[in-house]
Amino acid sequence: MSEALHFHFNVDGENFTSAGEASVQVKKKLRQLGMPPETIRCVSIAMYEGEINMVIHAGGGNADVYVNEDEIVIVLEDHGPGIPNVELAMQEGYSTAPETIRSLGFGAGMGLPNMKRYTDDMKIDTVIGTGTTITMKVYVK
Amino acid sequence: MKIREIARLLDAEVLCCKDHLDNEVYSACGSDMMSDVLAYVKDQAVLITGLTNPQVIRTAEMMDMVCIVFVRSKRPTEEMLRLAQEHGIVVMATPKRMYEACGTLYAAGLYRSED
Repeated sequence: MSEALHFHFNVDGENFTSAGEASVQVKKKLRQLGMPPETIRCVSIAMYEGEINMVIHAGGGNADVYVNEDEIVIVLEDHGPGIPNVELAMQEGYSTAPETIRSLGFGAGMGLPNMKRYTDDMKIDTVIGTGTTITMKVYVK
Repeated sequence: MKIREIARLLDAEVLCCKDHLDNEVYSACGSDMMSDVLAYVKDQAVLITGLTNPQVIRTAEMMDMVCIVFVRSKRPTEEMLRLAQEHGIVVMATPKRMYEACGTLYAAGLYRSED
């Protein structure tokens, strides 16, 4: 594998039921590629949380996954409202998700902290009123 | 503990993947918040929950869990069972409430001590 493998997904923002489909696909592909189980686990959980976030807060977006020999890069791009206070959003338990989302089992304020926990590097670029791009890296151990 | 034994202890009806009932599991997690499952679960093979939506199945799949127990006689939808079947996750429904279901399994030895 000299060049990165690239997978692209469109995350449907209208449908909470289908949220996570891209992550399931990525998990399947990484298994087929014979990636180490711990790497697969980290990538799929971080991406799943990101996907759920995009559906809850941003009306969907694009997910791109680049698989290199030594690292997997996940780029999640949305055109949502942006994150006013990233530091606050990174705190465990802080959430702006509506009650309807909580009743579905999400919105506990664990999404972003979880994404950071399961990845080796995470960068948040956010512009109010324009959107957010989150870039996460997981090293292949 | 075999998954079959979980079904017996909880008087649960097995709804899919009956061919995996002889698989062994060693620990479990009880929660209605999938966010918490994604944050805190490590190597727990069984998810006990009262929440019924497709994200429960996806969360279990992400965490490599192999069995989901729905408490309070909650019934998963056909769509959820189809997803579970696809991932080989055993799904069962028990009339017991969350507290009793967890306590029953714990008392029967379904836990992994912290080494």
